[in-house]
Amino acid sequence: MKRAMLGMAMIVAGSIAASAAEIAPEKVEFKDGAVEVSLTGVAGDPAAGRKVIGTKKLGNCVACHQITEMSDVPFHGEIGPSLDGVGSRYSEAELRGIIVDAKHTFEDTIMPSFYKTGPYIRPGKAFTGKAPDGPLPPLLTAQQVEDVVAYLMTQK
Amino acid sequence: MKNRSLKGAFGLATVTVLAFGAVSAMAETPPKKAELVVNEDTKLVTETTPKEGISNLEKAYDGWRFRSSETQAVQADDFDNPGMIFVDQALDQWNAVDGTEGKSCASCHGTPEESMKGVRASYPKWDDSMGKVATIEMEINNCRTNRMGAEAWKYTGGKMTAMNALITLQSRGMPVDVAIDGKAKPTWEHGKEMYYTRTGQLELSCASCHEQHYGDRIRAEILSQGQINGFPAYRLKNGKLNSIHARFKGCVRDTRAETYKPGSDDFVALELYVASRGNGLSVTGPSVRN
Ligand code: HEC
Ligand code: HEC
Ligand code: HEC
Repeated sequence: MKRAMLGMAMIVAGSIAASAAEIAPEKVEFKDGAVEVSLTGVAGDPAAGRKVIGTKKLGNCVACHQITEMSDVPFHGEIGPSLDGVGSRYSEAELRGIIVDAKHTFEDTIMPSFYKTGPYIRPGKAFTGKAPDGPLPPLLTAQQVEDVVAYLMTQK
Repeated sequence: MKNRSLKGAFGLATVTVLAFGAVSAMAETPPKKAELVVNEDTKLVTETTPKEGISNLEKAYDGWRFRSSETQAVQADDFDNPGMIFVDQALDQWNAVDGTEGKSCASCHGTPEESMKGVRASYPKWDDSMGKVATIEMEINNCRTNRMGAEAWKYTGGKMTAMNALITLQSRGMPVDVAIDGKAKPTWEHGKEMYYTRTGQLELSCASCHEQHYGDRIRAEILSQGQINGFPAYRLKNGKLNSIHARFKGCVRDTRAETYKPGSDDFVALELYVASRGNGLSVTGPSVRN
């Protein structure tokens, strides 16, 4: 167990060292729910963001949100508001804040926090139901968050 | 954030306040009106007004109400309900001698109709001999191991779940009526705390989905209230009878959490609490779900 945790820590440290400009989940600064600074400094890719939003193992945003532009992906949920026109309702910084950790914008919201590492109650290893082998990486990487934000900004 | 976790982990009182305080943010959608009449003669209660202090539900609804009319129809006729095949198998098992004592269930309990009427409606229930709240599964295994000299069945296994369905059927149409006071109270409170605790990396509680959003679509499925009065449930998806703890396990896993073990004290507590949220609904198992 200890060995596994150590290994995990090294992988995490390694990935951070690889992209020095990346802002770590604990270092993200919120202002009224918004996050001004890009997490990576690399422009987001809307096409990649679209994929994250529609994929169950990634963002799985469509489980809870309807998006007309993504009607090719089956079964959109209705737990949260439709994301149509969301790029006009919010600024890029506000959207970044909502994706990183929506609980800063909507108190007690059931929307998951996508760029956070805890603390969690009974965290598990993805969808296996088993205990994790070590510290959990955030649900999305910093670049995936930027990609999702870039896609949402196209929804005017 | 930290604050929330602490509340979830340690303070039932604060958790409850938090949960009850969230009423205004709810977006639940009541299901369409429909009556469940089985075999054209047994009318079942699929909606009721719960007693205060148990949950935030204004109305409790049987999960049947949230299913498509096709799935609903399958449950309304015992000839169509595939769960009944397993009940028949369990009846054979009921009469079969097993174990070192040379006994069957029937040796002591007679017919299920005579001895098991009303049992399911009151379970989980405090059992003095075990010194804890027991489920039907625990009672069955207690009889098997301590009274028959037979091997315990797997908690969520096929034989166990089928036997549970046979026993459940004897209470069909009776109102769920689990006791939450007396010796069962601490267990019930633990179950309630579990229900409102946001677990896993997705930080979702049972209430996030089944209390705040029942009637809403989550990806391809319409959320029900997660009631258990219809269990065991035959699922068209996996073609077998499913037990309560197996369903709980799947839901906890879907929050990206470490699950609890079927039959564990935690899941027994959760079962008691969830059952109490449906007090007054008819026992409707074995039900049919997608
Ligand atoms: C478990 C359900 C759930 C998932 C999964 C989810 N959200 Fe949400 N989201 C919500 C809810 C509910 C709200 C409404 C906020 C509130 O009041 O709680 C919301 C609000 C939002 C908003 C603000 C919309 C507005 O018009 O105010 C955006 C943008 C958003 N979500 C984007 C996303 C993206 C992108 C993802 C995937 C990376 C995602 N959500 C995943 C439930 C979810
Ligand atoms: C040797 C006699 C004996 C056998 C065999 C036996 N039981 Fe029991 N069972 C009892 C006794 C005694 C009790 C506790 C007193 C009571 O409630 O009837 C009990 C209790 C139960 C209960 C709880 C009932 C309640 O009202 O709370 C269930 C359920 C049950 N048995 C199921 C079974 C099943 C299923 C089998 C066969 C797999 C079985 N029993 C075999 C003697 C037996
Ligand atoms: C992410 C949302 C979500 C969460 C959180 C969740 N469930 Fe579920 N649950 C579902 C879905 C989807 C279904 C299948 C459709 C339905 O019946 O609601 C379901 C079904 C059920 C059912 C079967 C109901 C029936 O009538 O067939 C039960 C019981 C249940 N859940 C209990 C729980 C409990 C207890 C918890 C907390 C440990 C929980 N669920 C957490 C989504 C969730």
